Amino acid sequence: MEITININGTDHTADVEPRRLLVDHIRTGAGLTGTHIGCDTTSCGVCTVLVDGTPVKSCTMLAVQADRREVTTVEGLKTADGLHPVQQAFSDEHGLQCGFCTPAMMLVGAALIEDNPAPSDDEVRWAISGNLCRCTGYMNIVKAIQAAAAAASSGNGDG
Amino acid sequence: MLPARFDYIAASSVEEAIAAKAEGGDETRFLAGGQSLLPMMKLRFATPSKLVDINRIGGLDTIEHHNGHLHIGALARHADIAASGAVSGAVASAAPWISDPLVRNLGTMCGSVAHCDPEGDWNSVLLATGAGVVAQGPSGSRTIDIGDFVVDFFTSSLSDDEMVVALQIPVPSGPSGGSYQKLERKVGDYATVGVAAHLELAADGTISAAGVAMTSVAPINRKATDAEALLVGNAPSAELFAEAGEAAAAASEPRDDVRGSARWKRQVVAAFTRRALAAAAEQAQA
Repeated sequence: MEITININGTDHTADVEPRRLLVDHIRTGAGLTGTHIGCDTTSCGVCTVLVDGTPVKSCTMLAVQADRREVTTVEGLKTADGLHPVQQAFSDEHGLQCGFCTPAMMLVGAALIEDNPAPSDDEVRWAISGNLCRCTGYMNIVKAIQAAAAAASSGNGDG
Repeated sequence: MLPARFDYIAASSVEEAIAAKAEGGDETRFLAGGQSLLPMMKLRFATPSKLVDINRIGGLDTIEHHNGHLHIGALARHADIAASGAVSGAVASAAPWISDPLVRNLGTMCGSVAHCDPEGDWNSVLLATGAGVVAQGPSGSRTIDIGDFVVDFFTSSLSDDEMVVALQIPVPSGPSGGSYQKLERKVGDYATVGVAAHLELAADGTISAAGVAMTSVAPINRKATDAEALLVGNAPSAELFAEAGEAAAAASEPRDDVRGSARWKRQVVAAFTRRALAAAAEQAQA
């Protein structure tokens, strides 16, 4: 079945089997390996991408379901001006250890601060509660997302 | 993991979806949120020959009141329900506790109800509130009482050519309240114990209608009918709710498993029933 998915602003057209998972399509079809595969059973959230701006687990969505939709992966966070505030904050606040969950955490963080420019500690923890960090480095992930929110609303005038 | 091969169509109307389902019979499944179906297909517990994707059908994401009911459409996601100002009582209380935030962004309430997972939270909420399931088939639609809809473990009374198009939750005209209490080991896990409660009050403040239903402590979601009978006609009180809690615990049939012992789970049922009823009464009296 021929599908066209807009991934990070670029249309990707491909002929795929209906059973192909979105995560496989992103990694092997589009060659964007920043989206990871962890548990592959809808538990860990490392395969998170944004579909039309909403974070979902791409291991539990078919590629054909994303036909004619906009998908954002970690590779799409960066803007022409440089790093997304969430990326900068994860670097500044040491929001990662092994880095495996980081693309997903950043995408969930980016979607959260889009809706809530000043999330509380509890609100951040609630938002990332579907994403596991195998290093258990949650403290700095929460700090990084809050720092990104503060930077986005004060710095760039787009918050 | 890859699901086994299947044919796929994205229906553009409910009629088209039902016709495609009727053609394929029980080997054909509807795909809504896919948050239960796709994991089962990846593990090859489910191997449908065809999926009828309903996600492109317009107008199915309603969450609105009409004719004395809260009407929840087939594509209303758990996250939409949690964020909606139109929901209250046990429905509003349960929505934020369904799985995790990412699953709630895709999974649907109607899909979860139709799936009939005995450890699913929504069917307890629907049993407590006395909801109806609107099923549409080739020759029209019918509303099935939730008590008749849930037949067994992963089994509903839906026909092979019917689709769950909506849920209808009665909205009482008088004072009412509801709550869902859920104990989970971690976000996204099944309930260790879940209890849904719904109360309606008469003009004199006594309980005119009561619903109590339990998750994960019986082979299917179970109504605690003895507890409900104890409540009706009496004034809300801590003693009454404690008594109802004991009756619900007696009606539960939990098993010893990795989540805890049966004896302990029965105590949790009693405590959660008490708390859910107290929260429901507080809302109704507000």
